[in-house]
Amino acid sequence: MLAFTLQRVFQSIVVLLVVGLVAFSMFRFVGDPIDNMLGQERTDADIERLRGELGLDQPFPIQYGKFLKNAVQGNFGISYRQARPVSTILAERAPATLELAAVSGLFAIFFGVGLGVFTAIRRDGFAANAIMTISLLGVSLPTFLIGILLIYVFAVELGWLPSFGRGDTVKIGGWSTGFLTASGLKAIILPAITLGLYQMTLIMRLVRSEMLEVLRADYIRFARARGLKERAINFRHALKNTLVPVITVTGLQLGAIIAFAIITETVFQWPGVGLLFINAIQFVDIPVMAAYLMLISVMFVGINLIVDLLYFSIDPRLRIDRSAAEG
Amino acid sequence: MEALSRAWRSDFSWSFRHSPVAIISLGVVLLLVLSALLAPWVAPHNPFDPASLNLMNGFTRPMEPNAFTQEIFWLGTDDQGRDVFSTILYGMRISLFVGFTAVLFALILGVTLGLIAGYAGGWTETTIMRVADVQLTFPAILVAMLIFGIAKGITPVDMRDEMAIWVLIIAIGLSDWVQFARVVRGATLVEKNKEYVQAARLIGRKPGAIMLRHILPNVMSPVLVIATISLALAIIAEATLSFLGVGAPPTQPSLGTLIRIGQGYLFSGEWWIILFPAITLLALALSVNLLGDWLRDALNPKLR
Repeated sequence: MLAFTLQRVFQSIVVLLVVGLVAFSMFRFVGDPIDNMLGQERTDADIERLRGELGLDQPFPIQYGKFLKNAVQGNFGISYRQARPVSTILAERAPATLELAAVSGLFAIFFGVGLGVFTAIRRDGFAANAIMTISLLGVSLPTFLIGILLIYVFAVELGWLPSFGRGDTVKIGGWSTGFLTASGLKAIILPAITLGLYQMTLIMRLVRSEMLEVLRADYIRFARARGLKERAINFRHALKNTLVPVITVTGLQLGAIIAFAIITETVFQWPGVGLLFINAIQFVDIPVMAAYLMLISVMFVGINLIVDLLYFSIDPRLRIDRSAAEG
Repeated sequence: MEALSRAWRSDFSWSFRHSPVAIISLGVVLLLVLSALLAPWVAPHNPFDPASLNLMNGFTRPMEPNAFTQEIFWLGTDDQGRDVFSTILYGMRISLFVGFTAVLFALILGVTLGLIAGYAGGWTETTIMRVADVQLTFPAILVAMLIFGIAKGITPVDMRDEMAIWVLIIAIGLSDWVQFARVVRGATLVEKNKEYVQAARLIGRKPGAIMLRHILPNVMSPVLVIATISLALAIIAEATLSFLGVGAPPTQPSLGTLIRIGQGYLFSGEWWIILFPAITLLALALSVNLLGDWLRDALNPKLR
């Protein structure tokens, strides 16, 4: 177990160093930072002085080391476009994205598991078949079209929910939350559904197929023979045993939710990190792009590592396989 | 004639003729591809020729005569009086071109690296597959966005609109090679220990020739399946990037760009500007996807 953990941690660190190198190369080679900082009327002396100040005249490995040191401390320089420290901008934007991701994640898990169990129990029922067919359509619809469709129905035609923005927010410490106002709660519904729909169908299909498998097992038949109530069999005995793969997939999908938030945030003009990233690409704002890249890789690599380790400790079969393969 | 009748009697053709989904999907794909290829002859207007535009035709509703000019447009017009039907045909050209070229690029890159990794083994294999693993950690669309951003930064400002299509192709292609490499490497590992490869090695053929002439033809059928499914994903990825404003420029609008433009008019009730490009995109992506699903089942001997 220890060897496995160390190996995975080491791999994660290597990945992060490589991503860091990509981010650093973006800084160094995409566009000239001197060009970005000095105006049209510059002298060669100015350029030389700034090169020295920024440390651009030092060898590559030293510059990279400095970049990493700054990055670990959360210092990514100053946004070319907004002329403010990138870390400040990211800290302002993060709550919006995290709240959106949390709500859509909960939505996906709650409805995904619920509908998955339902379609597995009533596998030949009309409603279950209808849900499965609709879910197929949902998987092939691009995220941005789902968002536009929801806006059209619920904001333009019915006028029930706002079509863009976060509504009113309340500041608690450094965190601005939309959960405490009515308009904030209303504003999060459509983006959260848009973002969570794909994950929901994924979880639903997974729970359904796992449930169908488990319901055929002997211990379920035995539970029936003992005269237990259907509800107890389905939820206490069957659902519990489907949860290991569901937890893994859900964990891995957390990263995907953060990434796909870029699309949802653009459709709904949601003021989060994803919208910031898209604007940074449009205006070639390298420091923001690099910082977002580092932030999201830490998140992805971290989630992957945790899921791997969790999986290893939850499922004993994996351990046996591994020790057999090694031994 | 002999070859034709043999092809007609093959399992593959039988499976196609007995799958209504495959026939309809292929029909839709062919119809869309043909109408995109023939756009200059099929389209009633050329949306990129300013001389053929009449601002008075702006916001004409579908199938209704315009209040001023009495002209009728099947799918209506946009704000500048451009025929929506024609812009869709021309937009589909861009979408399909980007999709096909990006998948071709990903295929060549992935198959080459997969063959080398599988055949050479050792540290070459480890390096290639590690890179693939790392890239697989990140969603393809994110990788494509990032590559697009970097490439945009490298190209000179006045070239950006011209280069955007090629940058898009490279971004989507580079985000998609991993699937090909993994499958080809796996298949190569199996093939390279078979007798025909050993025989080729014994008679002194060079590794390059063995990989290309002997192994490659035997690992192509899964590649074909992945390519079809990748095409659907690439078309959607292109549309998504263009929709987000980091893809095809307004001067060369793809279906995604058209949807982006149309979104602005949704609130004022001009639904046709966004609806028809969206339906076209869906029909294209869905039919290519279904075709890929069928191909996977038809080529997979395990399911027979």
